Amino acid sequence: MRLAIPCNEQKLTALLGPQFGRAAFFAIYDPDSRTVEYISNSQVVNTPSGAGVQAARHIIDAGAAALLSAHCGPKAFRALQAAGIPVYVGLTGTVQEAIDKYNSGAIQPATNADVEGHWA
Amino acid sequence: MIISIASGKGGTGKTLLATNLAAALTESGHVVHLLDCDVEAPNDHLFFKPVIESRTDVVMPVPAIDHNRCNLCNRCNEVCAYHAIGVFGKSVLVFPELCHSCGGCVVACPQAAIMETDKVTGNIETGHSSAVKLTTGFLLIGEAKAPPVINEMKKCIDPAAITIIDAPPGASCPVIAAIKDTDYVVLVAEASPFGLHDLKIAVQVVKKLHIPFGVVINKADSAYPNVLHYCITENIHVLSELPFDLTIAKIYSGGCLLVDRLPDYKKVFIALYNNIKELAAV
Repeated sequence: MRLAIPCNEQKLTALLGPQFGRAAFFAIYDPDSRTVEYISNSQVVNTPSGAGVQAARHIIDAGAAALLSAHCGPKAFRALQAAGIPVYVGLTGTVQEAIDKYNSGAIQPATNADVEGHWA
Repeated sequence: MIISIASGKGGTGKTLLATNLAAALTESGHVVHLLDCDVEAPNDHLFFKPVIESRTDVVMPVPAIDHNRCNLCNRCNEVCAYHAIGVFGKSVLVFPELCHSCGGCVVACPQAAIMETDKVTGNIETGHSSAVKLTTGFLLIGEAKAPPVINEMKKCIDPAAITIIDAPPGASCPVIAAIKDTDYVVLVAEASPFGLHDLKIAVQVVKKLHIPFGVVINKADSAYPNVLHYCITENIHVLSELPFDLTIAKIYSGGCLLVDRLPDYKKVFIALYNNIKELAAV
């Protein structure tokens, strides 16, 4: 169950970005090997529109099986849901803290997007 | 004769100019048609309160999927520059908000599984008041693309009338849709550093479109002559200067026409028109 986590920098102590689609990087955490790789989202960050949809495809292609994010907008949510990827929102703090929270089993997948498109 | 009123910066006085120019010309016996192409925030109607005679929807074609034919090959996604369509999991999703209606996916689909369906993105109202014939475009809330509404509005231009187009602010696609194929562009500039900054951008746009243009300096202020100096240096016609006057602001914010409350201004707007007519003919 590889986890995708939007973040500002390529380290476990990096803070989660406030947005999903326009995050600088995605940390892709593999719980089996307990390793993290980082993928750049630079091609999407400055896209005029459709960042959420593109970022969703980006993490799907990276093999993510769940998204841990501060927020998720409606188009990205729809795309990830169609791909069978659960979306967890409301996470804050660092990448490591998000992984710990997920592992603790204390969070439930969202049933809807929690913000409007272009909310920030 | 089609005159478009644009600005770059918002709040410089496009609507003040467009409404009063239209009213002054109508009163002096011209047949005038005012098109409010500021479709995200049209407000010319506030000054004329026209009786609406027709209302039409503006539609854009967007893809619709025949899920029985689709084999999830994702070719549609590969050709879509706007990421408005694509396969996620075992379904193909359409995001109509992102679609630019190019029709590329319809052509590219090897299964002929994509048709087009109309999506309403705006509407257009036309009506008359005693002062003027007014067409207003409205972009629906949540819609992002103004040019299709503006392009549809411009189809009703009557070549026999003097058409005045109140363009949106900015210097991007909606402005270009509003001012292209017009005979003359009036750039309304505010006498302020922001006003000058955005005027320079607007000038670049109009020059690129090769449309004759001139500048009206609004809220003219001797303490900030930089806009005037810029126009002189760049050899740009300054058509008129409207003073920075609290009386004008009060009349405008009360939803009234300057030419009604301060009739001396009729001469100013008629002179402006005559000036434009001469310059546009060159």
